[in-house]
Amino acid sequence: MALPPPDPEFVLRGTSAAVHTLHFSCGSQEPDAPLLFSGSENGLIHVWNLKTHRVDTALDGHGRKSVYCVETMGGKDRLLSQGRDQRICLWDLAEGRTSVTDSVFMENVGFCRCSLLRVAPGRWLMAMAAKALEEVQVLELPSKTSVCTLKPEVGAKLGMPMCLKLWQLSCGAQPLLLAGYEDGSVVLWNLSMGKALSQLDCHQEPVMSLDFDSEKAKGISGSSEKVLSIWSLHEQQNLQVYKTHKLVNAGISDITIRPDKKILATAGWDHRIRIFGWKNLKPLAVLDYHTATVHCVSFSDHKNPSERLLAAGSKDHRISVWSIYTQT
Amino acid sequence: MWELCQQQAQAGPPELQEALLGRVVCLPEHVSNRLQGETPPVFLPQNYFPLLGTAIVQVLQNISDSLRGGLDCSISFVSHVLGKVCIHGRQKEILSVLVPRLTDLTKSDCIWQRICWRLVECVPDRWMEAVVLGFVQTTPGADVLSRLLGNLVVKNKKAQFVVTQKVLLLQYGHTTAVVQNLLGYLSLDSLRRALLIKVLQELLETWGSSSAVKHSPPEQQQYISKAILICLCHLKEPEIERCRQELLTSMMEGVKCHLDSNLPQIRRLGMIVAESISSKINSDGPVLKFQYEEDDEVRELKSLLLQTSPSCVVPSLPDDVRNENAGAALPLVLESNKKPHPAAPVMPDEELDAELDSDDDLIPYDMSEDKELKTKAPVYIRDCIEVLTGSEDVDKWEATVKALESLVRKNAAATREVSVELAKILLHLEEKTCIEGFVELRQRAQVAVLTTDPIPVAKYLTSQFYSLNYSLRQRMDILDVLVLAAQELSYPKPHGKTKHSGAQKPCIQLLPGSDSSKDWRRIVDERIKSKTRRFATGQSQMELASGPNEFNSVAGHFFFPLIQHFDRPLTTFDLLGEDHFVLGRLVHTLAVLMYLAVNTAAVTAMGKALLEFVWALRFHTDSYVRQGLLSCVSSVLLSVPAEHLLEDVTEELLETQSWLGDVVEKDPDGDCRKLALQNLLLMENLKKKLETVPS
Repeated sequence: MALPPPDPEFVLRGTSAAVHTLHFSCGSQEPDAPLLFSGSENGLIHVWNLKTHRVDTALDGHGRKSVYCVETMGGKDRLLSQGRDQRICLWDLAEGRTSVTDSVFMENVGFCRCSLLRVAPGRWLMAMAAKALEEVQVLELPSKTSVCTLKPEVGAKLGMPMCLKLWQLSCGAQPLLLAGYEDGSVVLWNLSMGKALSQLDCHQEPVMSLDFDSEKAKGISGSSEKVLSIWSLHEQQNLQVYKTHKLVNAGISDITIRPDKKILATAGWDHRIRIFGWKNLKPLAVLDYHTATVHCVSFSDHKNPSERLLAAGSKDHRISVWSIYTQT
Repeated sequence: MWELCQQQAQAGPPELQEALLGRVVCLPEHVSNRLQGETPPVFLPQNYFPLLGTAIVQVLQNISDSLRGGLDCSISFVSHVLGKVCIHGRQKEILSVLVPRLTDLTKSDCIWQRICWRLVECVPDRWMEAVVLGFVQTTPGADVLSRLLGNLVVKNKKAQFVVTQKVLLLQYGHTTAVVQNLLGYLSLDSLRRALLIKVLQELLETWGSSSAVKHSPPEQQQYISKAILICLCHLKEPEIERCRQELLTSMMEGVKCHLDSNLPQIRRLGMIVAESISSKINSDGPVLKFQYEEDDEVRELKSLLLQTSPSCVVPSLPDDVRNENAGAALPLVLESNKKPHPAAPVMPDEELDAELDSDDDLIPYDMSEDKELKTKAPVYIRDCIEVLTGSEDVDKWEATVKALESLVRKNAAATREVSVELAKILLHLEEKTCIEGFVELRQRAQVAVLTTDPIPVAKYLTSQFYSLNYSLRQRMDILDVLVLAAQELSYPKPHGKTKHSGAQKPCIQLLPGSDSSKDWRRIVDERIKSKTRRFATGQSQMELASGPNEFNSVAGHFFFPLIQHFDRPLTTFDLLGEDHFVLGRLVHTLAVLMYLAVNTAAVTAMGKALLEFVWALRFHTDSYVRQGLLSCVSSVLLSVPAEHLLEDVTEELLETQSWLGDVVEKDPDGDCRKLALQNLLLMENLKKKLETVPS
């Protein structure tokens, strides 16, 4: 007899606006509390203390325009946030400061979340949508120099880039970029040469979100239709569809694979969070708590496996935090 | 005959010629008069005239030989013979022999062609029509006709009149092939093409005149439209250039009159012809395109436009070149709807199953609650009203519209409280989102409301029918809803319904009174059965489900308000003026309501009122309205019991009968005449029924 799905561990309220992005930072030592960063539609970034379940600080750097991407850069003291005011802000949060140290002006007006990849200590690559419609630009941070601009070939008709993921097979290897586009295809780019290695048509509708497991060379993408598409990368060059999974209701806003690559979570437009096993995409649980679209899901980076958490932010202003499958 | 033709100079006394002519042509009649029934077969008309035809061919052969020999001959006697035979009605027999032979002979021989032309030209004017018509009907193709008749139409006034005016404008019984032959013949020679243009202009004038569209029978309109289409296909570019402006103006006028008509067939004809004209004059620009249903008639008309003129290479006699089989087969290309498939997934099944991995340790939770997300429709009628009037939530609105009919039917008591309000909302409900079958859903909901609470809602709807500021579509919706509800109310509902409600509320028992009544009946039946000797038991008949006629109490409320104000024009709605389409629908609705009111108490009063209404409108110009009026009369005759008809409705009945007689003889529309005839037969039957029943 299957057990009914679990309830959230706790629910964070207080953003008073739809939550668009979440990011955990739980790796620090005691007595620092584990933190959860959330970006909302009212332009504020809330820093939640996961011990007290209250907001420690609220960061206002985007002029009341919606924040749709939040990432930490090597620890909880450096934060990167991306907002609809066309700015990417770099924050310094050490020792209680809350100041924007640097910002990058994006010429693109859109919703495509940027992707960060640490290539060397203190050096990061950031991929973001560029000014022209179908292009993706890669910058190096903190120097803000442009590494390359990835232009699809003329007549490819990919549409806007919807989601990006920078990855490399191992530290020091070639960085590669996976980009999902408006026409439903996923393209693998080689950054040093600046050209596309492979393009895969995996959806009829725009690709809303994707995630990639570089060890198993397998990725998953979700779109506004009812199908999840799992594809694999052969010989570092070739994308091929591996499997598809049909959902009950259409629309996925976010997908994320847990760092231990055992399970993955999807955030759905039907207010539900779904958990699948990553190996075979076996459906494991449907978490039904929110009363509006779930915009983002994120797994925590706790060192202790039993403390691991899953957080989901939704349009109903709430962040639900779950503890699920922590035994493995 | 040969001797007469040889005497070209010696005319001989004309009386002799006349007498000989009469004898030759009327020989069969004279012989049978004499022999009175023992006529040898060769003198019977169907054999005699073909024989005469072969004799004529023989004579013509001789003439041609002598012409080649250099001698002149007169062909007028043969022409006279041919003319007189045709006027006597024997065109088919004689021309069935003559035409094929002449076709063959004139194929390449120009002397034969000239003989043929002279033959036809010498036919006296009084017989010209019969000869020309006969030729047009028997020749297999326009080019053959051209060879046989030559430029007769240009030279002879009477032939011209027959070909250009009479066949096309005054008669409409000829087949399409005949019209094609004729128009093709006109188009084949440059001298005759001017006539073709003139013909087209006259046809378009007739097609475009509004009185012709209103008053001429549909068959004639179809005939004219076919002729126009065939003319159009024969026109060449320079000619189109010259008359482009005229074509455009006549097309615009004609389309207006046609679309104004109530009969869908006329509208369709107008649309097809207008489309064809527009495609001819704007061959490169944007073309007029209408939407109509394709059926056999439409396809036939369209195929006429696509035919090209027949080729000049004519094979030998047995294989006739016919215009008809050039009819273009409209290729129906079935487009396969192929959606672009994503790349086929590669599934290495066996490997996965065999692998043991830690994923199997993850036990799934119960996911049975994971179902499709559906917005719930409200469960109470008052909630529905709120959603429909105020709510901005589109999903909820959609769900409400879909669920409304069943809610209304299930909660009859609750509906009765708010019935008029609900009817008002539904009448004004407009499509907010794109739901499939919105119109049907709305109509069914309206019918449900009307049947649940007939009297107030009917009062409301009939009053709104005559109010200001409603669209024609809404007024016709009101009529449709009234008819559907009347139908539902007047059909018997089976007893099963009461049993059903009993099952839902187990605490309420059916009245015990009915049980006891069944008991005594059973006892009495058994007693009778035991005491009577039966010789034979008849066939057991199934007792049909029956119930009280619910339409009885409300029929008057449906009917009388609709009839009251029809002659009062409002600013936006004038039944007797422009809105004759709605008048037609109103009249048909009244006919149906009358028919459904059979066996109700108010039926006689309704019948009387309806016949007066018919009398007031009987001279209406629109044939759709007249058809409606005639079906009203049929409904009255069928529904009102015969005795009541004779007692209460006598004067109206007699007046209607005289009007019906008039319609049968003089009405231009074929359907009206048929309906009037049926009504007269019904009246006769009623009279007979009353006479045979012993009073």
